[in-house]
Amino acid sequence: MTTYLSRRTLLGLAGAGAGACLLSACGDDEPSDPNAPQTINWWHIQNTEPMLPVWAALANEYKAAHPNVTLDIQPLENEAFKAKLTTATQAGDPPDLFQSWGGGVLKQQVDAGLVKDITDDVKPWIGGLLPAALEPYTIDGKIYGVPFDIGMVGFWYNKDLFTRAGITAAPTTWTGLLDAVRQLKAAGITPIALAGKDKWPAHYYWSYLAMRVGGVGALQKAVDDKNFDSPDLVAAGDRLKELVDLQPFQKGFLGAAYGTPDGQAAAMGNGGAAMELMGQWAPAVQASSSTSKKGLGDKLGFFPFPTVDGGKGATTEVFGGGNGFAIGKDAPAATADFLKFLLSADNQRKSAQTGAVLPTVREAATAIPDANGKLLAETLASYTGFQLYLDQAYAPALGSQINDSVAELVAGNKSPAQIVKDITQVAKTV
Amino acid sequence: MTRPSTVSDARRGDPATDPPAPGPGTVRQRGRQPRPGRGGVLAIFLTPALVLFLLLVVAPILVASYASLYKWNGFGLPENFIGLDNYTRAFQDPTFRGDLWRGFVLVLLSLVVQLPAALALAMLLNQPLRGRAAYRLIFFAPYVLSEVTTAVLFDLVFSPNRGLGDAIATWLSADAGTVFADPDTVLYAVFLVVSWKYFGLYMMLFLAARQGIPKELSEAAVTDGASAWQAFRHVTLPLLGPTIRISVFLSVIGTIQLFDMVWVLTRGGPIHSSETMAVTMYEYGFRRFEVGYASAISIVMFLLSLVFALFYQRIVLRRDTAGAITNQGGPR
Repeated sequence: MTTYLSRRTLLGLAGAGAGACLLSACGDDEPSDPNAPQTINWWHIQNTEPMLPVWAALANEYKAAHPNVTLDIQPLENEAFKAKLTTATQAGDPPDLFQSWGGGVLKQQVDAGLVKDITDDVKPWIGGLLPAALEPYTIDGKIYGVPFDIGMVGFWYNKDLFTRAGITAAPTTWTGLLDAVRQLKAAGITPIALAGKDKWPAHYYWSYLAMRVGGVGALQKAVDDKNFDSPDLVAAGDRLKELVDLQPFQKGFLGAAYGTPDGQAAAMGNGGAAMELMGQWAPAVQASSSTSKKGLGDKLGFFPFPTVDGGKGATTEVFGGGNGFAIGKDAPAATADFLKFLLSADNQRKSAQTGAVLPTVREAATAIPDANGKLLAETLASYTGFQLYLDQAYAPALGSQINDSVAELVAGNKSPAQIVKDITQVAKTV
Repeated sequence: MTRPSTVSDARRGDPATDPPAPGPGTVRQRGRQPRPGRGGVLAIFLTPALVLFLLLVVAPILVASYASLYKWNGFGLPENFIGLDNYTRAFQDPTFRGDLWRGFVLVLLSLVVQLPAALALAMLLNQPLRGRAAYRLIFFAPYVLSEVTTAVLFDLVFSPNRGLGDAIATWLSADAGTVFADPDTVLYAVFLVVSWKYFGLYMMLFLAARQGIPKELSEAAVTDGASAWQAFRHVTLPLLGPTIRISVFLSVIGTIQLFDMVWVLTRGGPIHSSETMAVTMYEYGFRRFEVGYASAISIVMFLLSLVFALFYQRIVLRRDTAGAITNQGGPR
């Protein structure tokens, strides 16, 4: 009997130990002294060429100068990152330095006390950044993240295919765009590549149309009033439906993902579609997912989202956002210093030279290598209004609903008037 | 005290072989000892499993049912108590109601198509056939792949314009590249992939059960003038009953919980046409940060599985499990 008892106690202890470890996530205390040995867990989403090696090289450089710091880098694919970060943040254990788009998602993390207020850490050097870039990371006057990349969404097009269809100038109005689509179709060319499986690429169309029809304030007003059921937003859906009705997308687009070998970016990079509505990273992803790994090169052009006849919005109002990093609540002291290092003018130039990043540090703008990037940066520099991606700007529940609803509109099973009702219903609950 | 209780228990009924005891009183005493001793043994062997079960099964169920009563985004502690609102919301949500319908369709298809096909194949591969072992291996092979691998594989096969499916279909002047992109076909396409992966398992189960049936039975039936079909229908099939019933059980429970395959193949799309309850739950819990609502969905899933399992065990599997469950471990 005595052996039984002790064995049971032992098992109980082991169980309790394992349980305690699980519950506390076996947390470790991070030192507050920047010179003590410490490990920075860094999650970024530049998991392909050309930025992947740049981050790795910068990390090595930093480690060489600061032998006490170890960098544990996890490059993750965009969707995988979102899923993994969600699990980590819900467990109250965010990584030390991680990708953030700012906006509503960051705000939710801030409200939950998962992200560090770094206003004081970055104050000495943050003035060198473009103010527009910093906007999404500033919540109630405090800075919770720093962008290393800022850009906008616009149409990327294949110049050769446009020429072949007899289109001489990039469209500047929505009617012009619809005409271009008709011309491309007539020439037997797939006009637009779209990833319907990932819902976010489609929401760019509806958001931009909302901005062009109702002006840049329309979307902000909708979320403030918790009411998306306005004539302007219904009109935006109507315009999008005009495009969808022309059946401009590639075969099987509802099942296509963005970055896979048969996805939206690959269709562009392989010359299989004439244009896509995408952000500043488009050329880099087109190249890496294309069969040749080179993309379109010089054949790729860019034009801003066209205006809508009778709309209140202007071409200079941009929809977009950037990529940045936020610092987790338990991050070691050196994390802020490492972030400063990543954002130095020199290192921003290195990032900009890849063509995959549009620098947020003003000084580094000269390093943008290609004409399209320069054009994009110039458009951005002369912006008169800015709207962050809706699925990042708003609370996740609302952002996801917009993505879902626009997908339903594009698939043709809900009307423009129905989707604004669905979105409003969710807006009222968040 | 040091003597194992089971030994005295066994010997109690056989006094002839009992060694000389100090006295009848002490023997009887020892004979009554087993009860606490047996409880101790039970406790020791049960504790590890019980601790794991409580920690990994019961605790999450309790936490989820607690969270399902709150409007909660998953950060901090749930504070906004809303009673059963999440449940009423779920049953009014067209997506969730669609999930239930799609789940029903998938279960039905499994029972009407997948299992009979597996059964037919098992009967075929029970016949003396050249290369029988190779066929068995080939048909069973898909089951060895993980769901994610399978999904990626079929994603490539049915890739528009580039995939093998399209190449074959073009040759037959059909179109296969859009099966996962068309709301009308996607659910059936997903079902085909699920069946491709799992029919091998059921085939193996049926085959094993078939081989457990003595040859003499069908031989006797044939001798008595039964046709091959009659022998199958009235001899083999009833004897396969237990295996068929357990296969139905596994198939239904598996379908209720279907997630990986759908997530990788279609993420539930287009426009929710291939969404399952588990996908909806993931979407709300991990995309929309509505953990309270996602918990409610998970509880509904759990209850559906539980109710089905209990009724099925109690009613359909009653004969098969008699003695194992109904009589607490022994024919007493």
